[in-house]
Amino acid sequence: MFYREAGDFHTTYTSDSQTFPIKFDRYRYYVILVIAFLVVPFIINDYWANAILLPFLIYAIAAIGLNILTGYCGQVSLGTGGFMAVGAYACYKLMTAFPDVSMFIHVILAGAITAVVGVLFGLPSLRIKGFYLAVATLAAQFFLLWLFNKVPWFYNYSASGQINAPEREVFGILITGASAPAWATYLFCLIFCFASAIVARNLTRGTVGRKWMAIRDMDIAAEIIGVNPLRAKLSAFAVSSFFVGISGALFFSIYLGAVEVGEAFSIQKSFLVLFMVIVGGLGSIFGSFAGAAFLVLLPVALKVLGVDMLGWPTDIVAHFQLVIVGALIIFFLIVEPHGLAQLWRLAKEKLRLWPFPH
Amino acid sequence: MLDTSEGYTTADGRKIGGVVMEMKNITLRFGGVKAITDISFDIREGEIRAIIGPNGAGKSSMLNVMSGFYVPQEGEVWFHGKPRPPLKPYEVARQGIARTFQNIALFEGMSVLDNVMTGRLTQMKTGLLAQSIWKGRAEKEETENREIAEKVIDFLEIQAIRKTPVSRLPYGLKKRVELARALAAEPKLLLLDEPMAGMNVEEKEDMSRFILDVNDEFGTTIALIEHDMGVVMDLSDRVVVMDYGKKIGDGTPDEVRNNQEVIDAYLGVEHD
Amino acid sequence: MSDQFVFAMEVTLNGLMAGVLYALVALGFVLIYKASGIFNFAQGVMALFAAMTLVGIMNGQVPFSHLINATFGTDLHDFGWHLPALLAILLTVGVMVLLAWGVQRFVFSHLVGQEPIILFMATIGLAYFLEGLADLMWGSEIKTLNVCLFGESGCLPQGINETIDAVTYEWFGYGFFIDNLDITATIVAAVLVAALIAFSQYTKQGRALRAVADDHQAALSVGISLNFIWILVWSLAGFVALVAGIMWGAKSGVQFSLSLIALKALPVLMLGGFTSIPGAIVGGLIIGVGEKLFEFAIGAPFLGGATENWFAYVLALVFLVFRPQGLFGEKIIERV
Repeated sequence: MFYREAGDFHTTYTSDSQTFPIKFDRYRYYVILVIAFLVVPFIINDYWANAILLPFLIYAIAAIGLNILTGYCGQVSLGTGGFMAVGAYACYKLMTAFPDVSMFIHVILAGAITAVVGVLFGLPSLRIKGFYLAVATLAAQFFLLWLFNKVPWFYNYSASGQINAPEREVFGILITGASAPAWATYLFCLIFCFASAIVARNLTRGTVGRKWMAIRDMDIAAEIIGVNPLRAKLSAFAVSSFFVGISGALFFSIYLGAVEVGEAFSIQKSFLVLFMVIVGGLGSIFGSFAGAAFLVLLPVALKVLGVDMLGWPTDIVAHFQLVIVGALIIFFLIVEPHGLAQLWRLAKEKLRLWPFPH
Repeated sequence: MLDTSEGYTTADGRKIGGVVMEMKNITLRFGGVKAITDISFDIREGEIRAIIGPNGAGKSSMLNVMSGFYVPQEGEVWFHGKPRPPLKPYEVARQGIARTFQNIALFEGMSVLDNVMTGRLTQMKTGLLAQSIWKGRAEKEETENREIAEKVIDFLEIQAIRKTPVSRLPYGLKKRVELARALAAEPKLLLLDEPMAGMNVEEKEDMSRFILDVNDEFGTTIALIEHDMGVVMDLSDRVVVMDYGKKIGDGTPDEVRNNQEVIDAYLGVEHD
Repeated sequence: MSDQFVFAMEVTLNGLMAGVLYALVALGFVLIYKASGIFNFAQGVMALFAAMTLVGIMNGQVPFSHLINATFGTDLHDFGWHLPALLAILLTVGVMVLLAWGVQRFVFSHLVGQEPIILFMATIGLAYFLEGLADLMWGSEIKTLNVCLFGESGCLPQGINETIDAVTYEWFGYGFFIDNLDITATIVAAVLVAALIAFSQYTKQGRALRAVADDHQAALSVGISLNFIWILVWSLAGFVALVAGIMWGAKSGVQFSLSLIALKALPVLMLGGFTSIPGAIVGGLIIGVGEKLFEFAIGAPFLGGATENWFAYVLALVFLVFRPQGLFGEKIIERV
């Protein structure tokens, strides 16, 4: 009724391996793109941009990045906050050193620099596996934060130790700083988010993605059928850190504007992105979006419910949020380890057969 | 004994070519335990070569030496007329050796098609950048390799399940998918580790037919280990018999069947 | 004897004491990991939770009072009594056992047979849950913890140990600053380890525990209840967490950072191996001494200080690259 794939035949392997092989999905995807690019920019205001849309887009990029490493390649990382910090500081140094270069290039370069750092910290992954590796990535988290805190060169010797995003324009439109219009910052992040999703999808449906998944599912067998484990893992670290770096750069330059490293990129941030990936679904690009949306909306919803409706003080709501997030993580791991993405797939299966399930 | 120095013709009239792989005086130890003692034999182009022996005879270790997963302490593995230096397992795969595993080693989180496509990995060369753009080189390469993978899928009659996640398949089908993955690599030498373990009679017959067909259709050289004597004797051109890590027989199934040492050690000594 | 050397000795001694506390938290990890294969990331938060519960019970605080007040407009704070520490500790142990039961009943009994990494992520969720719960129950402000076992006497000693100060002054012309609390912690830790070893060697439950650690299936087949054993180890881990929480809470106040310091137990485990109690102790001492000495010799003079934040992790990382199984772990042979 709502959902049909009958009569939708593929005559070439190319059309069979496209991202949305079912017509219905494809059209829905086009509709969402049109709304995101052509409708939202005209109706957006500052509250929606800052409370929901910007964090959603930026976290979605980070979640895609971590999902590539953890969901596709099976390497758990608790260093996401540290790598986001690398992206942020790289972006800051580039913005201040080359004020005339386009922000697009700065953000991409920040991602590239983060990729190099990610590979460096990914090197031990050949010898260290499972939660040993997870703990080892904590080394990246704590060391990088310490570095940005202690070496004044990174924050241009500013007295506060903070970094502040200078005002920069793209095509004559201000996109950083307090007076940047909401629609411009939104579109800037949207472009990166969209591109990240496309690239991630392309990588995960092809050879590289299969190598990653082979390593994830059974590393010894993967090696015997011809996957070089070091190269596969390092490429996952590189690509993952690239996205995480971009997200960190945007988080700093577009969203926050000013960053104190210990606060903005603490280990809590690593957990938050990991939770997005778990809730959304390990090994699913769509899941990264779903998880980011869920965990961005949850505090907003709780605040509306707790503070505005029940009149609780904000700290109690914050504590409730911890309890709920923790319980949700456990709930998802127990009931549906593949997260919201899998729930969505199951719903689609049901809809496909509805109203005659037999 | 059959003279095999220059290749030979089998009973059913297939021409068997020169030596593909030769094991020369292989000895393998784990700590103080000798798993393989001084074993030599060769595998020729186009033949089905079996290694048989009772449990614990060292068959699996032998296969792991051939596939490069274990490096023997003594002896050399010659491949295509050259001694093979100690290689990483993935480098061995790139030389054209594919294998299946005794306890199925499929990638459980992927679909059948993706699993078979992993067999093509060694042949796919596009870099990260081309793949992230997808349109163009990466897509073309994907389609070309997909065609080869689909041929194998057709051949092994698993078209209907190509999009099914492997974790949902029954045991017999998983074995077949694993064979498909190995075949997709178009190997010069295919190693099968107990391809019929845990199967019922019908599944065994199916699998035997596939092995013979593969050998016939693609001319693939196959080495397999198995402890089901009946199947092996029907299937293979030449048989190596191992016991306690030593080679006790080598030849055509008929020769092996009549070898007194093999009868004593493997089939049991007759009591009056 | 040069001044630098004497200072280094003092730093080493203090490092050893800090290491004991790391080892104490690591011990809780090892207990759970051995028996169930679960790498319990929430161990640090359990220490925080236990310490907060202890303070709350001792002060007669009404649980969830903030929440109740905010919802119903009441003005509850405490029951108006102060419980003796010994009784409060017993009650807290009861709470930890209840927690152990809850964790087993509502979380891990549903995750039997899952991959270790899934279990690990579940414990991260558990850490969040417990942290939020502790804050909701007892409030998130920093609390002081002073445990006196018998009324006004038998308190945990605080401050500089005069004897050591005097003796070292006599020997080196420089009095070492060693906190009494650290010395007590060391003694308590030693007693605790001895008790745990005695428990696992000489009691029926201890033997069952070791059997489960060896092989779940085999243990089941001789009639050991896995469920009981897992609740038992989580209770033991809860008890160890309480001890660590008391020591740490008395030292630097009961606050959130306690659970972060407890994260340092992770590199300790990576050094010592996840399954070895002696490994946890030696690893804790190495990390404790290592980070203090590194900060003293290199960190503070050349790198701007605060290297304790990362030293333990980087040391463990470098170490693992060369010896992936840890100091005392067994070498893993990979098979196909």
